[in-house]
Amino acid sequence: MKINNSAALSFKGGIHPSGDGKNLSSAKAIESAPIFERYFVLLGQNAGKAPEAVVAKGDAVKKYQLIAKASGFVSANLHAPTSGTVAGVTTIPGPMGVPAQAIEIVSDGLDEAVEPFSAIEWQKADNKVLLDRVAECGLVGMGGASFPTHVKLSPPPDKAIDTLIFNGAECEPYLTADHRLMIEYTDPVLEGAAIVGKILGVSNIFIGVEINKADAISELQKLADKYGIKIVPLKVRYPQGSEKQLINSITGREVRSGGLPMDAGCVVQNVGTAKAVYDAVVKGLPLVERVVTVTGEVVAEPGNWLVRIGTPVIKVIELAKGVTANPGKLILGGPMMGFAQKSFDVPVSKNTSGILLLSKEVAVNYGSGSCIRCGRCVSACPMHLVPCLLGCAIEGERYDLAAANHVMDCLECGACAYICPAHRPLIQHMRRAKAEIRRRNAK
Amino acid sequence: MQDIFVSIILPAAVFMGVLGVILGAVIGVFAKYFKVESDPRVDLVTELLPGANCGGCGKAGCSDFAKSVVSGENSPGKCPVSSPEQVSSIAQALGIDAGESFARRAVVCCGGDMEQMVRTPNYNGVLDCASAVLVSGGPKGCSYGCIGMGSCARKCPFGAIEIINNLAVVHRELCVGCGTCAAVCPRGVIKMVPADADVHVYCNNPEKGPDKRKVCKVSCLGCRKCERYSADMFGTNGFLASVKYDADKLPTASDVEAIGCPTGALLTVERHLQIETNDPEYSEDENK
Amino acid sequence: MSEDIKVDQEIKLPAADQLVLSSSPHLSTSDTVRKIMYKVLLALLPAVLAGVWFFGLKALLVIVSCTVFCVGAEALWCVLAKKPVKNTILDGSAAVTGVLLALNLPAGVPLYVPLIGAFLAIWLGKQVYGGIGNNPFNPAIVARVGLLIAFPALLTTWYAPRNFNKSFGYDNFVTFEQRIAVEKGEKKLDAVTCATPLGLVKTAPKDELSQGFFAHPQMLKDYFIGNRPGCIGETCVPALLLGFFILLAFKLINWRIPVCYVGTVAVITAVAHMISPAFTPEPLFHLLTGGLLLGAIFMATDMVTSPITPVGAIVFGVGCGIVTAVIRLWGNYPEGVSFSILLMNALVPLIDRYCGIRPFGYTVKREKKEVAK
Repeated sequence: MKINNSAALSFKGGIHPSGDGKNLSSAKAIESAPIFERYFVLLGQNAGKAPEAVVAKGDAVKKYQLIAKASGFVSANLHAPTSGTVAGVTTIPGPMGVPAQAIEIVSDGLDEAVEPFSAIEWQKADNKVLLDRVAECGLVGMGGASFPTHVKLSPPPDKAIDTLIFNGAECEPYLTADHRLMIEYTDPVLEGAAIVGKILGVSNIFIGVEINKADAISELQKLADKYGIKIVPLKVRYPQGSEKQLINSITGREVRSGGLPMDAGCVVQNVGTAKAVYDAVVKGLPLVERVVTVTGEVVAEPGNWLVRIGTPVIKVIELAKGVTANPGKLILGGPMMGFAQKSFDVPVSKNTSGILLLSKEVAVNYGSGSCIRCGRCVSACPMHLVPCLLGCAIEGERYDLAAANHVMDCLECGACAYICPAHRPLIQHMRRAKAEIRRRNAK
Repeated sequence: MQDIFVSIILPAAVFMGVLGVILGAVIGVFAKYFKVESDPRVDLVTELLPGANCGGCGKAGCSDFAKSVVSGENSPGKCPVSSPEQVSSIAQALGIDAGESFARRAVVCCGGDMEQMVRTPNYNGVLDCASAVLVSGGPKGCSYGCIGMGSCARKCPFGAIEIINNLAVVHRELCVGCGTCAAVCPRGVIKMVPADADVHVYCNNPEKGPDKRKVCKVSCLGCRKCERYSADMFGTNGFLASVKYDADKLPTASDVEAIGCPTGALLTVERHLQIETNDPEYSEDENK
Repeated sequence: MSEDIKVDQEIKLPAADQLVLSSSPHLSTSDTVRKIMYKVLLALLPAVLAGVWFFGLKALLVIVSCTVFCVGAEALWCVLAKKPVKNTILDGSAAVTGVLLALNLPAGVPLYVPLIGAFLAIWLGKQVYGGIGNNPFNPAIVARVGLLIAFPALLTTWYAPRNFNKSFGYDNFVTFEQRIAVEKGEKKLDAVTCATPLGLVKTAPKDELSQGFFAHPQMLKDYFIGNRPGCIGETCVPALLLGFFILLAFKLINWRIPVCYVGTVAVITAVAHMISPAFTPEPLFHLLTGGLLLGAIFMATDMVTSPITPVGAIVFGVGCGIVTAVIRLWGNYPEGVSFSILLMNALVPLIDRYCGIRPFGYTVKREKKEVAK
């Protein structure tokens, strides 16, 4: 299928990272990871409250068995990734660099599963039943924010939702997990999207895909009519996959500052979440695995793997046959918004879309040089802020000035720091200011 | 000659003269009608205060504090920098009670310098503690200890904090106890303690002993050896020992020796400085 | 733990504490400040070559000495201020300042002028504010204006360019004695001092102006190719335009500033010319003479000292244009480009403040409400 470049939609601003590294793994089919000896299922994987463990040291668990129960509305269940024994709740290196609590499961190698939930015929089912199932299976947004899906799918009644958007943009360089998912699980993704549309009562469903994934677009378009879903080609521009920018690209609406997508009548979900919804509703399977891209120039055999949640990162890197050169950086997530790690023992969690090993040459080297006011960050900022002036204000600890210039609207997408010729650590400045302003407002 | 006088000098002189009269009148009117009444007592107290503008009292500076003292909001003793004599002179000048004066000193409750702590030397970013903690919890292995980038040292109005081997160390003889550093520290590792406290637990990590041990050699293991020695002087908070600063009797160097902390987290201030400066002869008195 | 370490060695992963920690994003553009400065130098090259072609080795000497002195002044400052010397020098900003300063000087100034200018530019114009990126004024303009005030005679002593005696209107630019001396071979052409077109216009009789003498097509052609007296880098329009397109191709400048600047000067002079042809020549004359194009393309567009936002750039360009036109039409100085840019530089923080862009998710109404709060 030929895709008309000029017809692709976009927002104003953003950048186009040059070597986006997608070719390393975009042609690699998703492979299932084998069963490993130990799994560390992090308790605080979702936005909101961490669930409470319902298993104790020495308990035998089977695959899909509930091991931690949601401790409130904005929380998500956790399920055992395989069968084995619980070795207790242990402190391990967390993905944010600080120690985190995780349920350690020692695998028995048998991978016995408990009976899955019964399949639901979603076309006829009640919305309440579907929502309960989504909550039961511990679904969270798989794009990065890991907001519990059932919360996102129950908007307050005063917010009229008329548009449902699925994010298949995958604008982060290097990552190909969603790309492969859309090609290999086209039908589940579309059906999952239709189920979410049914829950929200929205018939206006879009899947936005950047045009560098032409094969995914054509696969999706073959089946999209069956479910009444529109596939929208998007320009290759980072951060196309950011909620607010995606809504702007597809519908032309602007989510007001400080607002949620629902304020613009939209709900945005990741395509990975759509597949998880399909698994939960049609197959009755809780969320225990996800597609992870292991990539980077130094990785011996980059690729995409279907990995159980709780697998230590080191094991996944071993699947990719390790490294060919010394990596300088380990990143969970994409290179633009992912987090640098200081341990190889961090486990894969529900929102880990990629494991990236960057060599020191490829990775950014932040400097301490002054801003030369070239203004490139201004044209790159998708929120139309003035990052260079914000950075200078924050360096001088003028948080009042930063707040007046809308630093709280910053997405931390990293477009400004990417484009900065002085390699100023602008995003770190923004984070610092946001943390400081939140602290002051809380007082 | 006559012409020049009439055509140039005279108009200029007249113009300047009239201008001066008008402006003088304007200033006079403003001075009379827009006068801001200032309390002479505020100026007096401001003069008696040390003038460091450190903000340790919680006010924006010394003159702001002076205002609050005159208005009765604060007692003169709230100034952490003033000596008891200075405080009483202010109280005398105003004819009020000096209020409770409580001399404090800052102490960085961490011994995790470069040799002791697991750390990531390849931190690449803003050299500032509050910014560094946002990147994977900072470059040191311990998520509770001193980050060592010197945000406190740069903020200290008295230059009392030194960064030695990536660890902030307070020089007690320079510290006045204003608390600026404690407010700046993103980890809350700087504690304000009574000025006469000589023994501190140089660890801030409340996790289990083995977890601490993995990242730091001089962490407090929570063995309760000190608590067993004297429950009056020491307590344990989770897995972290603490000195009971509000107790009647504070521990001394001889107590530290008698306890013999297995990791060396419990130290006197002087011994701590000796270790960090790597100078066994170091003593506070010499450095005064 | 121990088994993991063993695995580490097999697959050559580094020890975990050797990993680099930094904030996201983890990628960055390959462009650097140094590359930007070198590209600007490349864009200046045509003007430099044209200057050397028209004014000879005198001009080359000024250009080289300015550049060397500027780099030297920067190095000296770094040594005295205990800053890293090598990196500061290699970023090329001092060299750019040096070349720009040279292009703004007449050929044949004595060497102490570039020396003083270099210290004015680098020390007074840049380093006292904290070095690259922190200077409110374009350093080269600070130096040029400083020199113009300190050495008014030297800075307005113009030499005839190559083949100037064959150009139309040559008689008007030089004195009768000089012309005779050149014709007799007593004096070389490039040692002849003369007036600039703008200077001539300031002092020219009204009837010559109203007859359109200074905008004669033959003269305009000479102005265009650069065969006229003036600063080293300001005369050759094709070279300046080539530099403009190089800058645009590398996305180093905001097109709005030069376009608005030149446009504003053209409009104002056109109106003035229409009202009274005897008052000032037609706008094309103003565009091709003086340092307007050099200033609009290379000086006003300096990243550090120009506004960041698109609207701000337009305001800045128009402001420069107005001040330049006012100085040219009514001022004591024949030329006002440096003064106008210097003045507008001072207004940049204000322009940036009031010509902000609407952040995503704010409607104009909402913004107003917030201000009202």
